[in-house]
Amino acid sequence: MAIKRNRERGEPEIPSASLPDIVFQLLIFFLVTTTIDVDKGLDLVLPPPGDVQIELAKKNITNILINDAGQILIDEEIIPVEEVDNIVRDKLLENDKLVVSVKTARKTKYEIYIKVIDQLKRAGATRISIAEPEEA
Amino acid sequence: MAIKIEKKTKMKIGIPTASMPDIIFQLLIFFMVSTVLREYQGLKVSLPEASRIEKLPTKRHVTTIWVDRFNNAVIDDVSIKKITDLRGMVYNKLVDDPQLIVSLRVDERADMGIVTDIQQELRKAQALRINYSALPTHGG
Repeated sequence: MAIKRNRERGEPEIPSASLPDIVFQLLIFFLVTTTIDVDKGLDLVLPPPGDVQIELAKKNITNILINDAGQILIDEEIIPVEEVDNIVRDKLLENDKLVVSVKTARKTKYEIYIKVIDQLKRAGATRISIAEPEEA
Repeated sequence: MAIKIEKKTKMKIGIPTASMPDIIFQLLIFFMVSTVLREYQGLKVSLPEASRIEKLPTKRHVTTIWVDRFNNAVIDDVSIKKITDLRGMVYNKLVDDPQLIVSLRVDERADMGIVTDIQQELRKAQALRINYSALPTHGG
């Protein structure tokens, strides 16, 4: 009982005619799933943890307090949001070692906080410290 | 008065297509590399506006925390029930990826109380690089 081999011995080949189609499909898949738009926002580096307070000379700190009504106090004076950058810029010109400390109340709206941080960035303040809010 | 314009020898004009597969492969590789498949649903937030915004340098090393207007917090689609749990979660992420940046997508109507709590937890977890997501100011 002999098995008859009727196939001709030839080089077997994988058909590559459809390769471009496959590549196109992959390309379209990645084209569609890629989102080019990146998140944008305000960068900030938080102060390292620990109760170890870095002692700063009092004259090198400016306290900005935002209360729950959205009022902004710089060194005990009520300031409109748009004025913050001018005031901080002036203070930075006087003292380039200035650290700006932002303190908020627990009920302060996030929107006003971002506005203040934005104003500080406009003023060129790089040392921004976030103080813990007072427990109400 | 007929001017005879002499036609140049006709030749077949064609753009060579031999290198087309190479170009397509290049495009393919570009999109494969730049795609980050990990996308989260998040919470519905209306972001605040800011003028001095910077691009996040990368999408790969970013973990996102959403806070909506009702002060619900979600990290990468995992709901934060107790704010103190955040520390461990962020710490584990930071171990996996030391270049971690935490993006805070917080609704503009949220309270600072929860944001501050999150920030304190992030500080304890040593995740100090954060980014407050914001939209560019209109006409500013």
